[in-house]
Amino acid sequence: MKLSHEVKRKIIQIAAFGFSNSYLGNLASGRLYQGKWKNFCNPGMNCYSCPAARFACPIGAMEAVSTKPGSAVGFYALGFVLAIGVIFGRAICGFVCPFGLIQELLYKISSVKKRIYKPLTYIKYALLVIFVFLMPALVVNKYGIGAPSFCKYICPVGTIEGGIPLLLTIPSLRTMLGKLFTVKAAILVGTIISCVICNRFFCKVMCPLGALYGLLNKISIYSMKHDAEKCISCGKCSDVCPMDTDPVTKPNSPECIRCGRCVHACPTCALRQDFK
Amino acid sequence: MEGKKKRVAQVLIFTAAVCMIAFGVYRGEVSTVFTKAVNVCLECIGLG
Repeated sequence: MKLSHEVKRKIIQIAAFGFSNSYLGNLASGRLYQGKWKNFCNPGMNCYSCPAARFACPIGAMEAVSTKPGSAVGFYALGFVLAIGVIFGRAICGFVCPFGLIQELLYKISSVKKRIYKPLTYIKYALLVIFVFLMPALVVNKYGIGAPSFCKYICPVGTIEGGIPLLLTIPSLRTMLGKLFTVKAAILVGTIISCVICNRFFCKVMCPLGALYGLLNKISIYSMKHDAEKCISCGKCSDVCPMDTDPVTKPNSPECIRCGRCVHACPTCALRQDFK
Repeated sequence: MEGKKKRVAQVLIFTAAVCMIAFGVYRGEVSTVFTKAVNVCLECIGLG
């Protein structure tokens, strides 16, 4: 039996999700995994306050360092993301991001489906610069300590993977519920509804990690090539693209998550992805 | 971006990334990340 590309990709996504969240037993107790793997970052978005999480979240890790007095930049996590990004680009989003898989499953829910309004895709770059790089380092209290602003004010991944499981298992946390959680819960609900309507809405509009990887898509070793001589301009590639890009005109668009659907939809093999 | 320029950019960014990781390890960022990751981050879950 020959598996289709989409099935193979889904198997990789599920395996990556399972490896990133292998401490499922912790969900019942509300305890976090505290082993040595937490020294390392997950390549994709996965909250480290999720009881099942094996790795640290790269965005949270960057912010954790830059909130400290005298440490404006989290070099360790940023270097990790750049190293992974220059090799794989946004293939990380398409193959190993746990929240990417969640979004794809949400999109399978039957509903009205819409494409994204293109200018909204620039929001993620603003979130990256303002909430991940600037605010944690510059908006500080009287002791010079900042807050992980993206995690604190925006991130729906933290709310769904960390907040909800911990609130369900640790009653004392429920006494701390307030306006901030209401705002974050509203962002989560909005994100979930948007992901049901629009494929990978969070990736397209909100993900600062996807923004960083996307900026590296043009130069990443794993990249896409378009052969103009073979192309018959049928448009099948852009029709199947979950990120609403056109692989013919922009094979290395910052939005492309390298899922490979276009490559396999092309009737003349005019598109290919490889490490070159 | 094609050919030689792309290869140069890849090497430069990868080298910079490795240097950043080494610098981060040198100044103790790993323990900061670890401490944050093994404790419940109240900000991350919307309570802090």
